[in-house]
Amino acid sequence: MKRLGPGLIMALVAGFAFLYLPILALIAYSFNASRLVTVWGGFSTHWYGALMANQPLLDAAWLSIRLAFVSASVATALGTLAALALVRYGAFRGRTLFAGMVLAPLLMPEVITGLSLLLLFVSAQVERGFWTVTIAHATFSLGFACIVVQSRLAGFDRSLEEAARDLGATPIVTFWTVTLPLIWPAVAAAWMLAFTLSLDDLVIASFTTGPGATTLPMRLYSAVRLGVSPEINAACTIMIGAVALVVIAASLLLKRDQLASA
Amino acid sequence: MNARDAGALAPLRAKRKASPGSVRRAFQPWNDPAAEPLVVFRNVTKRFDTVTAVDDLSLALYPREFFALLGASGCGKTTLMRMLAGFEQPDAGEILLDGVDITAVPPHRRPINMMFQSYALFPHLSVGDNIAYGLRREGLPRQEITRRVAEMLALVKLDGLEKRRADQLSGGQRQRVALARSLAKRPKLLLLDEPMAALDRKLRESTQFELMDLQSELGLTFMVVTHDQDEAMTMADRMAVMNHGRLVQIGPPDEIYEAPTSRYVAEFVGDINILEGRVASVTGEIVRVETAIAGAVELDEEAASLAAGETIFVGLRPEKITLSHDEPVQAVNKVAGEIWDIGYLGDFTMVQVMVGGDDGQLLKVALANRTRRIERPFAWEDRVWLSWDVEAGLVLPP
Repeated sequence: MKRLGPGLIMALVAGFAFLYLPILALIAYSFNASRLVTVWGGFSTHWYGALMANQPLLDAAWLSIRLAFVSASVATALGTLAALALVRYGAFRGRTLFAGMVLAPLLMPEVITGLSLLLLFVSAQVERGFWTVTIAHATFSLGFACIVVQSRLAGFDRSLEEAARDLGATPIVTFWTVTLPLIWPAVAAAWMLAFTLSLDDLVIASFTTGPGATTLPMRLYSAVRLGVSPEINAACTIMIGAVALVVIAASLLLKRDQLASA
Repeated sequence: MNARDAGALAPLRAKRKASPGSVRRAFQPWNDPAAEPLVVFRNVTKRFDTVTAVDDLSLALYPREFFALLGASGCGKTTLMRMLAGFEQPDAGEILLDGVDITAVPPHRRPINMMFQSYALFPHLSVGDNIAYGLRREGLPRQEITRRVAEMLALVKLDGLEKRRADQLSGGQRQRVALARSLAKRPKLLLLDEPMAALDRKLRESTQFELMDLQSELGLTFMVVTHDQDEAMTMADRMAVMNHGRLVQIGPPDEIYEAPTSRYVAEFVGDINILEGRVASVTGEIVRVETAIAGAVELDEEAASLAAGETIFVGLRPEKITLSHDEPVQAVNKVAGEIWDIGYLGDFTMVQVMVGGDDGQLLKVALANRTRRIERPFAWEDRVWLSWDVEAGLVLPP
């Protein structure tokens, strides 16, 4: 392996510091005994205990998890079907349009996605709350799920499905017994990605939510407006940990899948 | 031969080892007008965009036949097989199985199984579950499935490996699993797509004979698609040569090799020298052809359709030419030349002889190496004579 010179190592350290120092500071200050965020007062897990007693924050976290679970499941199911259509049905009429529509939310500014969904819900006179946010999250994470599954399907050996058909399996049985078991790591990774996207989202949730459905990022944001407390740092640290775990699990799954199919 | 004879002789094929040629020779349902074909292609055409992969093709396969479809890549042989399996739909014509039109029947409802070139073993299932896959789709009881899987494993000599996964097997073992899986449902017809392509040469030879034994043992009908002529000729009762979506010639392997009806087949199957010439005279069964390179040559052919003055090609297989230093005085057909190249292949030597001067034509002569001899009788730049019998030459239409 090629060794890095001192200049390159400096640049690497500076780059990583720029990216991760703020996060490390946040994690460090979540263990701060002092009430003042910027003054170090010794190590303490006090704020984690306080967090467990903060009922509104816990409610918001539970709501976010439920919401992320449902929206990720919907997005993964639809994204997988969209990927199948894009990979399997060749150049069908309107394919470019379909691909564009599925993937557009990836590039669309969140403010616009949020605003347009809000307008839709208002004009359709839907009562805003848990389900409107779920629909909104499923809509924008569907594109991500589709891309992950699509790349796995592109390398899929179709003769496996033909062999299943040849041996007497209907197209649906073929999907459940051959296709899905072979692409499941990608499907699971897509689900995890959609889950974290939903858990993180502030902008779209703010536009599409209603009374009684405050997600964790919204709760944190409104708390910060009254001043940053070490308690918020603790909540964020837990969230960072959770998201990191899910992302690492997803990338391990995909990597294992690539090795297996190579 | 009548239908009853064919039916009575067919089971005897299993004992081929005891009396090789005769029994095999006797199996010729395609010459029997009363024999019921298993599969019929009737004027089948398949186009992909502007390319016609299969062009108005008709073909009948008979029960218990080992049929080989031989052709260069892109000739349409794979498309023909995929239509039989149900993966492609013909644009015109129909496909019958046991007299029933199956053109519109989806693949999972056809009593035809296929062994894929890539084997297409399910990587997430064990060997046993791979073989059981088709049986499970039939909804057979569990004990029956277990019994049939064990039976199949024994048949392909893989007992004890049912717990293994496909990626823990060697190439030869994977091929056996694929074969067992496609035979487990006892199909009326087994399709084999380039079955030996991924095996090395030694394994290929032994597997070819095993496959032939298996086929006659089980009394099944096999159709193998291949671009490898040795494979087709070794295994098949009857073979077809395909080109540009049409069958150019159908017949037993020896007939295809010794009596090709077109220049394409003559050149595609085996090596052949082609001499261009003009028919000088037809006397009884002897055709005299005036060739530019080798002068007048005589051929013993059924030449009723030939007329003097017609331009034809004379085909000469390399192994049917005799090479000598001295002029063979007795020989009717002979020509002098100079050795340009010698290719030693172990069992035989392929000699390239330039006849008709330096701008003439290179003719290939195959010499069987029947003795262990370091000194070779022929060397580069030797002046030699080529000679052949009147039976050796083939008349090929232009």
